Amino acid sequence: MGKKTPEINSSSTADIAFLLLCYFLMTTTMDQDMGLQRRLPPMPDKNQKVEDQKVNRRNIIVVKINSADRLLAGTEPMHVSQLKDKIKEFLTNPANDPNLPEKEEIEIEGYGPCMVSKGVISLQNDRGTSYQAYIAVQNELVKAVNELRDDWAMANYGMLYSKLDEDKQGIVRKAVPQNISEAEPKDVAKK
Amino acid sequence: MSRFKQKEKRTVPQPPSGSLSDIVFMLLFFFMVTTTMRETENKVMVKLPEASEIVKLERKDLTSYINIGTPVAHLQSQYGNDSRIQLNDSFKTVDEIRDFIAAERDAMSEADRSFMTVAIRADENTRMGIVTDVKQELRKCSALKIMYTARKSAE
Repeated sequence: MGKKTPEINSSSTADIAFLLLCYFLMTTTMDQDMGLQRRLPPMPDKNQKVEDQKVNRRNIIVVKINSADRLLAGTEPMHVSQLKDKIKEFLTNPANDPNLPEKEEIEIEGYGPCMVSKGVISLQNDRGTSYQAYIAVQNELVKAVNELRDDWAMANYGMLYSKLDEDKQGIVRKAVPQNISEAEPKDVAKK
Repeated sequence: MSRFKQKEKRTVPQPPSGSLSDIVFMLLFFFMVTTTMRETENKVMVKLPEASEIVKLERKDLTSYINIGTPVAHLQSQYGNDSRIQLNDSFKTVDEIRDFIAAERDAMSEADRSFMTVAIRADENTRMGIVTDVKQELRKCSALKIMYTARKSAE
């Protein structure tokens, strides 16, 4: 009988593996990129004549941020924290105020006729506005719309928007649209 | 013969440690697989703005990143401390975004091109001027799906 080959001492493999494990534990980042999603409007065609986009005056609210990060919503200056309620009032128009946006009856597939606000939020900024202020305002606008969607979903389905299934979410999105237009940049200095 | 059994010294048997290394290796492979090494070096300092209504980025592989911010400390002597745009690994000007987007788009499969997202990672103190320029440029190359990267605000 030949010599027995000695078994390799395996007691330290665990240590080695632990060391490697610790290394990967430290270096790994599970971060997920999060952010606000937006769709930019396509570039207007040069040959095409600029259509008269006749949006009724009452259907539009202009949110402006100047270079000192001050905010103007509609006609009044305000703080970012007040913006959400202003936008919600603008989009719901609870008292059918003639100065606030009109509503239109739209047939939504899978739900039926529904009164949908025609309000559009137009966001304008200066070149000197800080990105932080811009994101803060964008965030408030999204928050206002999200809360309205939650309200609508609660009233019609008894559930929050995020808990609904895909189809119903689509219906809610149609019933409470997110119409935020990022206006063409204007050169303030030239004016 | 003793009447009383001699008290045995009972010791808790050692748990078998033979499979320990297997378990650890399994964990190790998990982390090795999930870990993603950073591909590009950050040349600009980006402190993301805070926001609360943020959503997850759906397809990471279909996303191109545009970093905007001031150059990191050791590059400031060379590039100054004005906000710069970083694409992939180097500083670029606004005009070069078009080539960058075209290159990114070519690298994707035909079916995925319409889902392409451009994530704008800008520092919170960046002026909107440069961001607006970038946005205009993106509109020109019709990369319309964008995302303002932000971090979750602690509320």
